[in-house]
Amino acid sequence: MSFEMESRSCNEQFARVVVAVFLSRLDPTVEELDDVKTAVSEAVTNCIIHGYAGEDGIIRVEAAIDGRTATVRVIDHGVGIEDVKKAMEPMYTSRPEEERSGMGFSFMEAFMDELSVESAPGKGTVVTMKKTFGRTES
Amino acid sequence: MGDAILYKKINTTLYLKLPAEIDHHSSQEIRERTEEYLQEGPIRSIVFDFSDTTFMDSSGIGALMGRYKRMKEKGGSVMVCGVNSRIRRILHISGIDALIPEWEEKQKSKS
Repeated sequence: MSFEMESRSCNEQFARVVVAVFLSRLDPTVEELDDVKTAVSEAVTNCIIHGYAGEDGIIRVEAAIDGRTATVRVIDHGVGIEDVKKAMEPMYTSRPEEERSGMGFSFMEAFMDELSVESAPGKGTVVTMKKTFGRTES
Repeated sequence: MGDAILYKKINTTLYLKLPAEIDHHSSQEIRERTEEYLQEGPIRSIVFDFSDTTFMDSSGIGALMGRYKRMKEKGGSVMVCGVNSRIRRILHISGIDALIPEWEEKQKSKS
């Protein structure tokens, strides 16, 4: 499943709800689904605030299911991240004046099982996240 | 989306009923509206009411943190109330629960 949307903040809710509806066929718990929604919201917000810096751009969201594992990919073609390691440090924000908590990547890591970030200046950013459902029940 | 943020002011306490979903989009409005109220008159404490809120991401944490810093400068305080288990988890993971107590817990410890 994939879709593309404009980089507007009103689309954040749309993106997380569409991914959650798609993944609901795996019969996840409410908590598991909330975890994915939070992670998607963080990734999409990063595209809007940082990738496109408030300018118009296209965000692509892909989701796939393999067994009990969901893979979600959030892609922008924005400015990219110069230092991915630094960007992923807890509490780090490049925009402290805008009251950003600096916890976006930390939240993605906390709520998903795997997180990888591919980015380079001028080349955009691809965030890939995986989560296996049903772990807490077994 | 589009939920109104309800405000109530009693003496020097500002109560804010937050929307169902708090993300980057809705936190911008929370921030702006709160600032308007703070400029109108003396506020000693803010209580954020999460009774209707089912979703919050780190943008909400940023907005709460901003209000906390602002109130701390003025010697005031910030509390939350009506949080469900999901919101409590978000507050805890962010560490902000160490700075912003739950109103209900505060009342219990008083009695």
